[in-house]
Amino acid sequence: MSAVDRATRLGAVRLGTEPSGIVRWIILGVVGVVFSIPIVAMILFSLKAGLAGGYTLDHWASLFDDDAARVYRNLFTGIGNSLLLAVVTVGIVLVVLLPTMILVHLQFPRLRRVLEFICIIPITVPAIVLVVGLAPVYSVVVRIAGGSVWTLAFAYGITVLPYAYRAIQSNLDAVDVVTLSEAGRTLSADWGRVLLFVLLPNLKRGVLAASFISVAVVLGEFTIASLLNRVNLQTALLQVSQSNPYVAVIFALLALALAFVLLLSIGRLGRTRRTGSES
Amino acid sequence: MTLTAPTRTMTAEPGSGATVELRGVVKSYGSMQALSGIDLVMEPGEFIALLGPSGCGKTTALRALSGLETIDSGSILIDGVDVASTPTNKRDIGMVFQSYSLFPHMTVIENVEFGLRMRKVAKADRGARAAEALEMVGLGAHGARFAHQLSGGQQQRVALARALVTRPRVLLLDEPLSALDAKVRVQLREEIRRITRDLGITTVFVTHDQEEALAVADRVAVMRAGRIEQIGTPRELYATPANPFVADFVGLTSRIPGEIDGEVVVVHGIRLPLLGEPQPDGPVFALIRPEDVALATADAPGAIAASVVSSSFLGSLRRTEFALPDGSLIAVQHDVNDQPEVGDTAFLRLRMAPVAASARQQ
Repeated sequence: MSAVDRATRLGAVRLGTEPSGIVRWIILGVVGVVFSIPIVAMILFSLKAGLAGGYTLDHWASLFDDDAARVYRNLFTGIGNSLLLAVVTVGIVLVVLLPTMILVHLQFPRLRRVLEFICIIPITVPAIVLVVGLAPVYSVVVRIAGGSVWTLAFAYGITVLPYAYRAIQSNLDAVDVVTLSEAGRTLSADWGRVLLFVLLPNLKRGVLAASFISVAVVLGEFTIASLLNRVNLQTALLQVSQSNPYVAVIFALLALALAFVLLLSIGRLGRTRRTGSES
Repeated sequence: MTLTAPTRTMTAEPGSGATVELRGVVKSYGSMQALSGIDLVMEPGEFIALLGPSGCGKTTALRALSGLETIDSGSILIDGVDVASTPTNKRDIGMVFQSYSLFPHMTVIENVEFGLRMRKVAKADRGARAAEALEMVGLGAHGARFAHQLSGGQQQRVALARALVTRPRVLLLDEPLSALDAKVRVQLREEIRRITRDLGITTVFVTHDQEEALAVADRVAVMRAGRIEQIGTPRELYATPANPFVADFVGLTSRIPGEIDGEVVVVHGIRLPLLGEPQPDGPVFALIRPEDVALATADAPGAIAASVVSSSFLGSLRRTEFALPDGSLIAVQHDVNDQPEVGDTAFLRLRMAPVAASARQQ
């Protein structure tokens, strides 16, 4: 190895720009263990036969019993509510946040910092504090829109803002949205068609990532639903866990698996292109 | 609302371009005036270049013409109709941008078809027309590719085909060659000129490259600080610049101290005809072109002694910079076989060509 090569390598190590392969595997291993221990523990717990010891599939099989729908009715209601909330929350992101971000990016770039600040705020506010503020708001919401569970999506629309904003903004930054929209307009497309045929196809990754992250956040939300006395997946899980902890853990695992699938889908979307590799 | 702009075929129809007129167009950004009352008339089928330094307002003028920028006052007429308040998508224009603007999620043929699709042209018809447009720019075999699979020059060719396939009344080119390498740039500018001439389309070409503007345009408008300083054929601009800015900006000039004496400029004892408006007697800088200076022998009448400062090989000729006795620098283009060394002394002779002059403080 030449002196220059050695100096370059030493420089890279000193600056911390490129950890060695061993360091990378150690980091990956530690993080993997931290994440996998509770999941493996949950799986093992869901297979436990009881205090006597041993393992069984009975708890998993009980989900398919004839009276499962009755026994776990509250849980299925929670799942239904969470899925409904996920859909409405994604709708809020797509109908309110996405057009606002595109509009700011194209027409009011000076407002970008303001919008970013507003969207990041929810991540700095603890859920319990958010609920204290939302409680009086929801007394009004209930009067106007009724007490249906879907109204919780207004609060969730706020909690997912930082994640959805970041996903969409990184896509907006990666695409020359201004030139593409101007090209579309010079080719006789009005704003609606520019949005539909030019911008959205190029923002697909960001929009899908924002949607999937929103779904993952909504499926895992407990505090707001609990304190506003609504039933969702997490509150129902808590309730079930008091009577049948095995089933609660099984549903928690299934929810985790769904969240993993969503996040993996985002990763795949990030890699998939419509055609061959970049030149 | 359905767009009813005409969609002509790609068959050559010389003279089918529109008359374009800018009347007193003013555009400001806050306190900065980007366009200070631009007046410009373009004949059908004419190829006009807007030339000027960065920030002179040439791109703003083009964007105002396209509708991508609104104007504060004035009129923009296409075939006599004021389109100043008409949105971009209804102006029937084609535009090629400086940055590659192909839609990355579409194939080349889908990109070219886009404008026809927006104008609700039947699918079979638009496929044939898009293929014809791609053939026109020499990319008929690349229809199934995506933008990222093309070189920069090919992408701009596709952008040109996409802009022309609808046969717009006016073609706007916003520095379309600036991101390309030198050889491709020259090739593509010739191609653009040939195609626009064949189609007879009125074309506005924005560039800061004077060589590019002079090479392709029927007329060139030289802009500075939101105004058109001069508009004319490339020959007129070069031979008879209206003012020192144009003389300095178009072509290469050396600023040599001299004195106005009536209708002539006296430079190192040589009396050269003054270009443009008469100026009061007094000190000026004479703006002398390299081709108006020649190497001479010591005994030639009016020979000026000078020393070589630098010399560059330019292929078919050589450009050498000399320092005159008063310290000013003058560029000379001469035969490549003359190879002066830095520090050499030589003699120069000024040709009796008219020169522009700009004021000089004593």
